[in-house]
Amino acid sequence: MELSTQKEISAEIAELQATADPSRSHPDRAFSAYRSTALRHPKHTLVRADPEVIELVSPVYGHSDVAPWESDLTIQHAGVPLGERIIVTGRVVDGEGRPVRHQLVEVWQANSGGRYVHKRDQHPAPLDPNFTGAGRIITDEDGGYRFVTIKPGPYPWKNHRNAWRPAHIHFSLFGDQFTQRLVTQMYFPGDPLFPLDPILQSISQQEARDRLVASYDHEVTTEEWATGYRWNIVLTGSKATRMEQEGDA
Amino acid sequence: MSELHQTPSQTVGPFFGYALPYEGGTALLPPHSPGTIRFHGTVFDGAGEAVPDAVVEIWQADAAGAVVAKRGSLSRDGYTFTGFGRAAVDGWGHFSFTTVKPGAMRAGSAPYILVTIFARGLLQHLFTRAYFGEDDPFLHSLGERAATLFAVEDGDASYRFDIHLQGESETVFIDYGVDVGA
Repeated sequence: MELSTQKEISAEIAELQATADPSRSHPDRAFSAYRSTALRHPKHTLVRADPEVIELVSPVYGHSDVAPWESDLTIQHAGVPLGERIIVTGRVVDGEGRPVRHQLVEVWQANSGGRYVHKRDQHPAPLDPNFTGAGRIITDEDGGYRFVTIKPGPYPWKNHRNAWRPAHIHFSLFGDQFTQRLVTQMYFPGDPLFPLDPILQSISQQEARDRLVASYDHEVTTEEWATGYRWNIVLTGSKATRMEQEGDA
Repeated sequence: MSELHQTPSQTVGPFFGYALPYEGGTALLPPHSPGTIRFHGTVFDGAGEAVPDAVVEIWQADAAGAVVAKRGSLSRDGYTFTGFGRAAVDGWGHFSFTTVKPGAMRAGSAPYILVTIFARGLLQHLFTRAYFGEDDPFLHSLGERAATLFAVEDGDASYRFDIHLQGESETVFIDYGVDVGA
């Protein structure tokens, strides 16, 4: 199949966003401008269920699960990785602003050249022998997390012709309830690739997309060491008690 | 009280293989320990093709139907059952866990394993339930589609649960009231 042009993808994005449900924070799984969704999104409406006890709790994690060096992606090899050293920090909270304590945060990313340590990543950018790009953190008493890494580069992909992903870090998060489980991506402020990217643009509302963009924070920046970014995460839980007034939407 | 806005979901992408799977992730108990079962299946797309880049997580009660609140899901000690497991599918879309058959969590309901699916091309994960038993009000409410939620015994202490993201036998996926987000 011939790949679409960016112009065609951008037009498709605009059309899909215009008809999207503006109350949704999450992307529509059927967002066709991201081509891989075509055969992988359910066509039936999801069935509403009240969570049972197992769904209202999460696995218990503790500091014994994660070694301290796992939160510094720049010290996992003999040498220092190439690129711009950064600190990323923030809080994980629930919909009422309560901290998500002692929960697991997993992060993974491309290196500064936009290359993943993955055999199926064929982007002809250099691998960095001193950078793997995977880390784990357990949130603290205040829901806080912090890790040190290298700013990832943008990279090309085959969704359409001349398609490039904005630089991002993948996050995997657990809340206090399993229904709060979230996998998402954090982006960097001011990236010119934002409007062109069907994955970010699958979130129909600008205000919701902005929630995935970290802020530069000079208070986090460390003198002569690393620049700092802040990104807070909100994991809303199931609204079983409010189901009736919300109806089937 | 003002409610904060949900952080939106994004796809897990294709390149999670060096980050999400971990040693012991698929073995909630060591394989062949007494009372364990194999819980396995294949993830299929809408064309009936196996999905080679998905991650499947399971979260379940123990054999007595009790929810376990013990550490050790990531750092397995070889005998503590925590109820959580994670498997990256292989090149043929297949996943396999060693676990226990869960007990029912309350009277009048059938036991199940909560199954979560992440994949390239899936912008938000999907929840479903693999049931060990048919007598359950939720299953009854689904009509014919309930059949997609049964863990099928396919051997000695082995249960198969295939996941169809789309297509004629599309699996029933569940919204716990968090799908839309605020």
